[in-house]
Amino acid sequence: MDLGLNEQQKLLSRTAREFLEAECPISLVRELEDSKEGYSLELWQKMAGLGWLGLAIPVDHGGDGGNLMDQTVLFEEIGRAMVPGPLLASSAYVVRTILGAGSDEQKSRILPQFASGDTTVTTILAGQSLNDGRELSLRATIDGQGYALEGTAIFMPYADSSDMMLCVAGSLGQTESTVYLTLFLVARDSDGLTTNAMPSIGDYRQHEVRFRNVRVGPDATIGQVGGAATYLAPAQQWTTVLQCADIVGRSEKILEMVVEYSKNRVQFGRPIGSFQAVQHQCADLRTAVDGARMATYHAAWKVDNTGNNGTVRDASEEVAVAKACAGSLSRLATAVGHGIFAGIAFTVEHDMQLYSMRSKIAEANMGDTDHHLEQLAVCMGL
Amino acid sequence: MNFDFSKEQQSFKEDVRAFLARRVPPERQEVFGVEYDGQYQFGREVASELAQRRWLAVGWPEEHGGGGKGPIEQAIFNEQMGYGMVPRTGITGLGFVGPALMVFGSLEQQAQYLPPIAASEVEYCQGFSEPNVGSDLASLELRADRDGDEYVLNGSKMFTSYVYNADYMYLLARTDPQAPKHRGISMFIADMKTPGISLRALPYISGAMAAQTFFDNVRLPATALIGEENRGWYHAMTTLDFERSGLERYGRTRRAFDDFVEFCKTTGLNGRVISDSPTVKHKLAEIKAAFDVWSLLCWNVAWLQSSGAVPNAEASVAFLHGTEQRLKFAQSAMEILGPHGTLRGDSQWAPLRGTIEGIHRESMHLHGAGTSEIHRNIIAQRGLGLPR
Repeated sequence: MDLGLNEQQKLLSRTAREFLEAECPISLVRELEDSKEGYSLELWQKMAGLGWLGLAIPVDHGGDGGNLMDQTVLFEEIGRAMVPGPLLASSAYVVRTILGAGSDEQKSRILPQFASGDTTVTTILAGQSLNDGRELSLRATIDGQGYALEGTAIFMPYADSSDMMLCVAGSLGQTESTVYLTLFLVARDSDGLTTNAMPSIGDYRQHEVRFRNVRVGPDATIGQVGGAATYLAPAQQWTTVLQCADIVGRSEKILEMVVEYSKNRVQFGRPIGSFQAVQHQCADLRTAVDGARMATYHAAWKVDNTGNNGTVRDASEEVAVAKACAGSLSRLATAVGHGIFAGIAFTVEHDMQLYSMRSKIAEANMGDTDHHLEQLAVCMGL
Repeated sequence: MNFDFSKEQQSFKEDVRAFLARRVPPERQEVFGVEYDGQYQFGREVASELAQRRWLAVGWPEEHGGGGKGPIEQAIFNEQMGYGMVPRTGITGLGFVGPALMVFGSLEQQAQYLPPIAASEVEYCQGFSEPNVGSDLASLELRADRDGDEYVLNGSKMFTSYVYNADYMYLLARTDPQAPKHRGISMFIADMKTPGISLRALPYISGAMAAQTFFDNVRLPATALIGEENRGWYHAMTTLDFERSGLERYGRTRRAFDDFVEFCKTTGLNGRVISDSPTVKHKLAEIKAAFDVWSLLCWNVAWLQSSGAVPNAEASVAFLHGTEQRLKFAQSAMEILGPHGTLRGDSQWAPLRGTIEGIHRESMHLHGAGTSEIHRNIIAQRGLGLPR
């Protein structure tokens, strides 16, 4: 048993903290709220230079060959700094999906482009609609050697500023009731593809993507036709853990902010942090942050490690526990943050509101608490 | 990072589990809230056998009668004692007195007191709280006045758990009433047979029997003083940080939860299997998530100890989370069972031998080792550095 980070992870954590404090201060995050792309291409390239975009890509595909625990440590810092951009979608969900589903040729052609930051890619993080046939609204029909895509995909983060997007499209089998779900990697500048903003809480960038007879070649499919759900499941687990890390990192930051404020804000002739009513809210948030962090690390470790007998362990239960807890943490951090900052945090100019708005997005993405409690109930055999 | 035990630790865990499963059959297991006749004596017999295997104090050094292993092994053992619902004896000695003596006791005191604790030959009770002193423990009033080679004790202690089986009391008393309150307290071990000690029974709602303990000119030899005179408060606070992983409490509560989940899956109520209700599923999943986190927080404390750190706010985090989630479990389980949940273990209609009714009472134990509010104060002040 060793519940501490290793030296490399400690170094990554420290480096990321220092880099983001210098290169992605909250003032930049605020500035980018009104920019065209919604994120900084310059920062994106620097993160690529640090190896962050390819952290989860094996070395022979141009990445840094890190495991999920490494990426978890990084995403705590990403969440803390609220780094704008489709980082979770591209460096986790898409990368892990292609690693599981892509051909060797695709992996060695596509992944280095993502790792280097030359090509930005995105995919849907919201809920489970991506691999749920019942909510399918994007259809693929055979068109010569390739396919024609028709329909709409929603909740695509940063779609209008990404070069590529990973989508799931369905095609009908021999009977109307059989639907094959297949992964497609589509260029944003494809003919017939348009994006429209979905105005969201905290000005989070996500889009509706319309496909009008978008024709793609046979090499646009990732993995076997009909295999989407199988390929997405492990990538989804991986990404969910990182979404938890993002929440843990941001909640820790919120806790630091309220503690600092409580020490300095004087009312009734004393710092408000000397009142137990304030202290106890901070203590509850500390407890929730610690719990969610342990659950997140546990899930990351479980995903990373095979059992003693060499078989891959199923991490479904640990991932569900982690995201259920992280979701609750997200709500508590918002409540405590706004409760203690009170009036000033209700103003747009104060940063607290941005932390809480982004917390809400993070809570909804990769399945909310209710969804993961349902998954957990299944794991428990209920 | 590695959440697995080593091979040796894993096999130790399996050995303990197998031994306890064999030695403590279901009819002997401790059900929450029910005191069966002879359970204490049975618990002592089991503890003696565990001591012979050097498992009882597995984390203690061998020269004190322990197993010579570390905090992880001790935590594994404690969790299994809880999960096995073993009638528990000797916890004050093993959890608090032993660790205090190892740090503050003289070599003579260590040799005198430690081996009998590790061998389960003695029972201790704790004398901290008093009628006027709970959370504000440093204001305690029990006097210990030096008189030649002796200390003379006058006053009383409250909430003395395990006292009816205790050979000794490990206590705090005021030795210097003029000093600032934290600096006038000393720690003692009192033989319960000393003349002048008397008890007033104080039954707990959990079913356990405790007492108020009175001291009327009780004369203790000067050798009963542990550590430095007037440093008792600091000794006690340091000691409290040792046995803090809380895995036994977790294990015992977890067992009740696991049994309850199984019950809900296999039992009909109001025309359907209990766990078929979406509300029930949701509640059980919520508790499962919270309990898994509880376990991780406890192991974090044990691991910190094993790496040489002294957990403080971390231990309060684990303890607070556990107390709150145990209460939530008890409340949810009572809701799920409705009127059936209110039946005590001595009713033939009681589900799970009344353990849900019992844990409901037990879950109102929101105060031992510090109330939840005290733990929040510790987390806020010592952990987060907020002003007092």
